[in-house]
Amino acid sequence: MSDTPANRIAAATPPRVARKIRGLSDRAIAWIFVAPTIFLLLAINIFPLIWTIQLSFTNYKANRIGREVKNVGLRNYERILTDSDIWLNMQATAHFLFWTIVLQVLIGFALAYLINKKFKGNDLWTTIIVLPMMLSPAVVGNFWKFLYQPQIGLFNYVVAFFTGKDPSSFEMLGSVTLAPWSIVIVDTWMWTPFVMLICLAGLRSIPDYIYEAAEVDRASKWRQFWTITVPMVLPFLMLAVLFRGIENFKMFDLVVQLTGGGPGSTTELTSINLKREAFEKWRTGYASAYAIILFVTVFGLASIYVKALNKVKER
Amino acid sequence: MKTLKLASASALSLAAASFSTSAQAEDLTLCWAAWDPANALVELSKEFEEQSGHSMSFEFIPWPNFADRMLNELNSGGKLCDLLIGDSQWIGGGAENGHYVKLNDFFDAEGISMDDFADATVYAYSTWPKGTPNYYALPAMGDANGWFYRKDWFAREDIQAAYKEATGEDLREPQSQKEMLQIAQFFQGREIDGKTVYGAAIFTERGSEGITMGVTSALYPWGFKYENTPGSYDMEGAVNSPEAVEALEFYKEFYKTATPPGYTNSYMGESLDAFKSGQVAMAMNWFAFFPGLYADPNTGGDKIDFFVNPPQNQDGSTLGGQGISVVAYSDKQDAALEYIKWFAQPDVQAKWWELGGYSAHNSVLNAPDFKDSAPFAGDFLDAMGAVQDFWQEPAYAELLLAMQKRVHDYVVADQGTAQEALNLLIEDWTEVFEDEGKL
Repeated sequence: MSDTPANRIAAATPPRVARKIRGLSDRAIAWIFVAPTIFLLLAINIFPLIWTIQLSFTNYKANRIGREVKNVGLRNYERILTDSDIWLNMQATAHFLFWTIVLQVLIGFALAYLINKKFKGNDLWTTIIVLPMMLSPAVVGNFWKFLYQPQIGLFNYVVAFFTGKDPSSFEMLGSVTLAPWSIVIVDTWMWTPFVMLICLAGLRSIPDYIYEAAEVDRASKWRQFWTITVPMVLPFLMLAVLFRGIENFKMFDLVVQLTGGGPGSTTELTSINLKREAFEKWRTGYASAYAIILFVTVFGLASIYVKALNKVKER
Repeated sequence: MKTLKLASASALSLAAASFSTSAQAEDLTLCWAAWDPANALVELSKEFEEQSGHSMSFEFIPWPNFADRMLNELNSGGKLCDLLIGDSQWIGGGAENGHYVKLNDFFDAEGISMDDFADATVYAYSTWPKGTPNYYALPAMGDANGWFYRKDWFAREDIQAAYKEATGEDLREPQSQKEMLQIAQFFQGREIDGKTVYGAAIFTERGSEGITMGVTSALYPWGFKYENTPGSYDMEGAVNSPEAVEALEFYKEFYKTATPPGYTNSYMGESLDAFKSGQVAMAMNWFAFFPGLYADPNTGGDKIDFFVNPPQNQDGSTLGGQGISVVAYSDKQDAALEYIKWFAQPDVQAKWWELGGYSAHNSVLNAPDFKDSAPFAGDFLDAMGAVQDFWQEPAYAELLLAMQKRVHDYVVADQGTAQEALNLLIEDWTEVFEDEGKL
């Protein structure tokens, strides 16, 4: 008997099953193994996507089963793209995305750089720093809500201590100008450790001999940082940005707990707005079109970004 | 003769079937919001369990998630609830989407008359289309948005003197919306017993229905109307009338000048907390909470009193409360109907009121001693005499969320003017009614 994968599998299986497998080609066996995954992928991802696309051209409402479903063409898409309120939600999402990523990358990288130095208590500090990302977003949202409380919140008292302002003179969650920053601060607090860990992996992957060679060439620390550390950590950083970008584009729980999208609609991110349209107003057709627009946006941006990431890796 | 025999046999088998059904002990699940009256209902229902042999389970959902959770349950045809005490605004959707069992035949068969219940509650909690004799619920819990205040602070001579000096008027239970604002502003930031206190806790919650319930408590006394002609969906000039604009501006001024710091997203729980912690002089909330507030050892008893939502151009209170319905997807409808039959009895309704539930039964409300039976009983009657409810259309959730957004944007987030907020609201509502094919 030749030592083909089919024969090896057949040898390890009960005789009745083995007899059936023995006659199969490698390709057929490969399909047998892949088929369940493909089936699940089709059932869980592809079919709902196609169905969502189909629904997006209708006035379907999931809570009105008996209601006549009409084809409305591109009307849902037109309404969404010309709705100034939705553009405000997009702006709020963009603000949140941009600033959380910038702050998390800067602080995360700085922390990783510091933690990467060998010092006493290094492991303990690493554990302490990563604690926030181990908490549930709903819990984090709730306790930051208390921290931001103008009368009893610790955050306001800390700010008051440094600025001399009255603690109850400003409302992080109630002010139109401060609320968008309040969610940025909390997300940064929670997820900077994640970026730090990825950066730390990047920093630890740089072989020491590269720095030693640079030392021999009498390169300054500053030059070593810009010509060795940053380029070699960059693919890791870009990966962290990709993860955080995708995560924060669909941010929901943390912000709902903190602000509920308010004050007004100041912190109503697209995911919160989409949930309201789909599962509170039950405008299923409209919400499907909204979801497709968001999907295309994320997919498009992520594709461009992944291409850029691959180019950086190839360098 | 043959027909008569056939009819007799059918009647006998029907009777046997109904007997066997009612004789079978069921475990009924009643769904409602998690709040004080729900606990009273658990207590009350023990009597039903004893009498019927059925056992009762309860599914109480916290208010912020109540609508979401229950409407999802109904929309998915879920069998979790056999009986549902659903919000008044759900009646349109419950009826049109087939979620609730129509109760007319049952009421007729069991001799349950809607004339035995307060008109306002039957109209609001039971009928769809509105005002027609098509019943989908039995009025279960009368409720309206009312007010309570620190009676002990109002009675203090130093505070009374300070108020007189500041306003030239006597400090008393407010007789109008504007007087209430004046009192709240007087208390705002005032030191009482070494502690800074604030005017009033009002509803500003964004996510579910909070700010709409608060704002309508100002809109209705100013004479707000949803339509120029009932049933016409003709909103221009009604929703954005000068009175409505003035009322909305009033609510914003109230929020800006007379509420504690950080009250940007507050509803029932926050209002209760603010009052019980001695932070505010007055607070708005549903009458359902009043028995619990009165019983509170720190701020209840002699320290608290209650008043109906004050009038301005007219009397007006925001309707709360719910009817009890049988869920159409339940497999235990007969037992559920038995519960409704039991609950509709005058003596059960009297006990319901005693335990802290707000009966809508006329035998309870019209009893000579009702007004004196609790310090808030008279106010409750006054409130129920002038209640107005939000849209009860099947698309009520869309209508409600649109109003939540527009009024929160204006009141809390300072965006635009009251006129613009109401104009935008008409646009949103028009779009909803167009989608519904009603415009």
